[in-house]
Amino acid sequence: MNMMSEIRGAGLVERAREVAAVAAKHADAVDKEGRFPHEAVAAMKSARLFGIQVPILLGGEGATIAEIAEVCSIIAQECASSAMIFAMHHIKLSSCVSHGMGDEWHEAFMHRIVREQLLLGSATTEAGIGGNLRNSICAIEVDGDICRLTKEATVISYGKQADAILITSRSHKEAASTDQVMTVFLKDQYTLEQTHVWDTLGMRGTCSDGFLFKAEAPAVQILPKPFAEIAAESMLATCHLLWSATWYGIALNAVTRAQAFVRAAARANPGTTPPGALRLAEATAELHLIKSNVIAGIERFEAAKEDPAQLSSMGFAVAMNNVKIATSQMILSVINQAMIICGIAGYKNGTPYSVGRHLRDAHSAQLMISNERILSNTATMLTVHKLDTSLMG
Amino acid sequence: MKDKIRELLGKLGGLPVAVDTLADGADLYAAGLSSFASVQLMLGIEDAFDIEFPDHLLNRKSFASIDAIAETVSAIVEGREAA
Repeated sequence: MNMMSEIRGAGLVERAREVAAVAAKHADAVDKEGRFPHEAVAAMKSARLFGIQVPILLGGEGATIAEIAEVCSIIAQECASSAMIFAMHHIKLSSCVSHGMGDEWHEAFMHRIVREQLLLGSATTEAGIGGNLRNSICAIEVDGDICRLTKEATVISYGKQADAILITSRSHKEAASTDQVMTVFLKDQYTLEQTHVWDTLGMRGTCSDGFLFKAEAPAVQILPKPFAEIAAESMLATCHLLWSATWYGIALNAVTRAQAFVRAAARANPGTTPPGALRLAEATAELHLIKSNVIAGIERFEAAKEDPAQLSSMGFAVAMNNVKIATSQMILSVINQAMIICGIAGYKNGTPYSVGRHLRDAHSAQLMISNERILSNTATMLTVHKLDTSLMG
Repeated sequence: MKDKIRELLGKLGGLPVAVDTLADGADLYAAGLSSFASVQLMLGIEDAFDIEFPDHLLNRKSFASIDAIAETVSAIVEGREAA
């Protein structure tokens, strides 16, 4: 199936390309200075990309996961940090769209996201818990109509720049660590006291600093479903798929640069096959595998979407975990191949063939929800889940 | 059957609360059943009742409460007897 033919949002691909063009101009500076990609994010807002997932009846465009993934991939080809911010925003938005419909406050909030192009941030990581997002130490305190929360959030991506933060906590002060809820807090309802600085190998522009988060808001802003359901039915799948689409975009651009290098070498020496050409062919085969993997994951999610039993099934969770594991591992090998093809020109910064930033950004993929954790989760499920014995599903 | 399920839940569920304090309909995830423990429980139940959970029943809902587990196990046992 040709996914591009499915992209039906009004000029979504063109709008994404405009954003990518802006992101491209500043990508090296964003990386070097470890600063927020203000220009690309402003371009996303003016292209009205932050509300595309919101259902049409709430003023959005009802974009599908395939369409959003395409946008992630297009932007990631120029600036991985910008694409990751876009992806994370839409992962958070998917929780509202999947679990906030029919709820007055959350419907009005989605309407507002479209109107004001609000950027949503996420705070699932907590001191003492690490990356195990299905556990919380902090608990939300509901006092009449008001809720209050304090969380030692060791990572909040673009925390300072977000217009609202969706944050997990235990559902009340006696609740078990896995009995969680997610709450939307608007910028004027919380304070952030910075505790950690995001100075990293790659993905430097996501500015995922750590903060002590303190908030108070009307209790209606707590999402009406348990976080366990939100995580199982929308968040984890959306996360793995949109991240994978972003990572694919990084790898694709590295291979594109390698191809340009090989083509330049071929033109310089007509009649001979450049030394990198075979390796390029090999890299494109791997790239193709990654692409097929992401597309298959998206199709599986689209097919399961209307059926909560399927979405919360082990088979589905294993499939989504596998998309993440495979993509996050394979991009490293593909980008490394691209670097070998481009040689010193690839290793150096500031050449048309530089892929150092790609390689550094790509290294985050194995750590964003650690592959170790995901593999052990899959390993547990495989003790009862039986593998699908058919080829076509 | 529910007694057996309770016994296994007590042994394998790793719950922070005593199983006796939970009603048959109580939400086990809210009571602290982790995904790891839920799989251990599934294995224990498969062994105790000599059944295998088909994939379409391996989801959160099937293991959400003692009632739900009993219903899931019954459906499999009855299906086997009918077959």
